[in-house]
Order: sequence, then structure tokens, then C-alpha cells
Amino acid sequence: MSVQVRLPTIMRSATAGEATVRGDGGTLREVLDDLESRYPGLTRSVVTEDGGLHRFVNVYVNQEDVRYLGALETELTDGDVVSILPAVAGG
Amino acid sequence: MRADDILEAIGDTPLVGIQRLSPKPSVRLWAKLEGQNPTGSLKDRIARAMIERAEADGELSPDRIVLEPTSGNTGIALALVARRKGYRLMVVMPDNASEERVRLLELYGAEIVFSPGDLGTNGAIDVARRMAEDARYFVPFQYGNPANPDAHYRGTGAEIVRDLPEVTHFVAGLGTGGTLMGVGRRLREHNPDVQVIAAEPELGELVYGLRSLDEGFVPPIFDEAVLDRKFLVGADDALRATRDLAEREGVFAGLSSGAVLHAARRVAESLEHGDVVCLLADGGWKYLSTEAWTADIDDAAKRVGETLWW
Repeated sequence: MSVQVRLPTIMRSATAGEATVRGDGGTLREVLDDLESRYPGLTRSVVTEDGGLHRFVNVYVNQEDVRYLGALETELTDGDVVSILPAVAGG
Repeated sequence: MRADDILEAIGDTPLVGIQRLSPKPSVRLWAKLEGQNPTGSLKDRIARAMIERAEADGELSPDRIVLEPTSGNTGIALALVARRKGYRLMVVMPDNASEERVRLLELYGAEIVFSPGDLGTNGAIDVARRMAEDARYFVPFQYGNPANPDAHYRGTGAEIVRDLPEVTHFVAGLGTGGTLMGVGRRLREHNPDVQVIAAEPELGELVYGLRSLDEGFVPPIFDEAVLDRKFLVGADDALRATRDLAEREGVFAGLSSGAVLHAARRVAESLEHGDVVCLLADGGWKYLSTEAWTADIDDAAKRVGETLWW
């Protein structure tokens, strides 16, 4: 499975400034593992040490928050778009 | 409707059909028009609730200054309540908030402290926290105040149950989480199968730009277990839906309302039947200067993306 991963500015130092990178894997976890192997340190602020999703980070697949899908085990299909963003408040 | 006082005219907003915007006839879409509140947004409900709770608890006395971080609507609503009740109010707001928000705050006599626009509402929260070390300030803090969701539990949620007992889905914007938590809990008491869906803004690069992922902020009153789904909505999709509301239903609402409609239509497409309530948080007045309704749609989306539209 090949998906597009959109990165916030702060994560782009690990990708030489690239805003969108390709990732391979059948689940979100596999895609993040793939990215970590190619861009060491990239996912450190996304995945916690015990393998969960960091509380202050939101990850979306095709604009839907993965916390309400399958979290890091969310299944992906070819062409999906993954977006990573910091949690922000409004009001 | 008759009220003794402007604060008594808060809430009990209309729930109107917006069926022309539904992807299919068997799914009914409804709009809860919070722009009909006295200062033009749903925040009138929580501003009154937070101040009156603090008065009842003895926390707020006339010698204290009310201080609140906000992207605008809560500040404006607090300004009305503070003016009516005779409190001094200071509002911390990002400096890229629209001109209309500044004018409305000034009109009600609020003092404004600007925080860096590129840090968004999170930046305003940081500034207010530092100022609040001075004990003269009373900070209602909508992000952590139980009176916020409670106002929606008792008010907004109860009104929806009364007006549309057959409600199956509720969609609202996620800012503090107060609306989604309060209305969500009230609707679930009425019918445990009601789905609660959040729409979140995809803000411009500027707003996220300087922030590290560790600096994200999740409001203390937000409990993710209350939600069933959450969608990220870009400025372009929000803008298109905001225009649809005005063009096809004659509903003049703000940009977060467009984001809510966009998410509601996405949910409606996969339903066979349903009654989907869209919470339209404010009217469009405060966004006129963005030319959201008049400019070329791509230009307008770009401009909206650079301003604080949530």
C-alpha cells in the first residue's frame, strides 16, 4: 500500500523540507514505521515510547481522525492521504 | 418572546430545516441557529453560565477583573455579560482576529490584550495564564470550566431534544469541546444511539508553523469518549459550504458553520435515514471583511486560511 503523508512544518526538518512524503504499509503503524526507517527521528513526537498515539497530536486518514477509526491499527488503502497536525483549541 | 433583560434573551434558538443541502431526501438536515443569540454566537450561553456560577460560588466579586483567552466569540459574549453586570473585562486574543471582533469588544467596553497571531488560540491561552498569576484577575477559562458544557447540557441539548426528539446525529465544531460534551451527553440520555460528530478546522500553515507537536493543547473539559467521529475540514471546503448555506437556504452563518455542514454532508452520504442536527455557532457578520462571500473562491479560501476563522 502506498499512501501520501502530509507533515506539519515542524516535522519537515527530518525530510529535508518536504511537506508531503510517500509511505508504505497496510496500517497506519506500518506506514509510520516505514517513515521512521527512512527519516530517523521523524515520528518520535507522534508515537509514544509504549507504542501509542501522542495525546497532543492528531492524525487523520482522508480527513477523519484515526482515534475514532482504528488508531494506529487503522487500515489504509492505496492513495489514502494521512495528515499529522498538533491539537489546537478554538473558542 | 418577551424578556426582562438582554441576558434573559440568551438561548432558545431556532432549529430550521436545511433540506436543500442534504445529499438525499431520506436524510433530513437541520440547522441550530446560534447566531440568533444577543451577541451573535453560541458563546452567550457559556459566558452567562460561567459568570453566574462564579458569582454564586463567591469567586467573582466587583473588585476583580475578568480575564479570558479567546479567538473572539467568547470574549464578545463575556463583554456583554460584564457590561450588564458591571465588571471590568480583559480579553486575550490573537492579533490576526478579524476587525469586526475588535470593534465589537470595544463597543462593549472590553480591554484587549493581543497575543501573537502565529500562535493561534493556544498562544492566547499562554499569555492569559501568565497574567493570571496576579490575583486581581478572575479567569473563567472556558477550556476547563464545567459551566461551559453544563450550559449546553441544560440549554442547547435540551432544546434539541424538545424540538426534534427523533434526532439521530449531532454535528458541531470542536473549539473548547463544551458544545460537543454538553449537547452530546444530553442527547445520549435521551437516546443512547445518537451519534456525536466533531468538525475541526485545518488552519493555515501560519497557525501551526511555529508550534512543536509537544505544544498541542487538549482542553481539560474535552473527553474524547463522548465523540463517535471527528473530521478535519479545510478552509476551502468550509468556505464552499458556508456559501451554500447562504445561496441555497438563505442562512447567513460563519465559517465554522460551513465546516460543520461539510462534515454533516459527509456523514449523511453514508446514511439511509436520519435526522442530522448541525450546530451553526455564529452568524456571518464578523467574517464580512474576509470577503468570504464575494471574492473568487480560491482567493477567498487563501485569505480565510491566513486569518483566524475558528
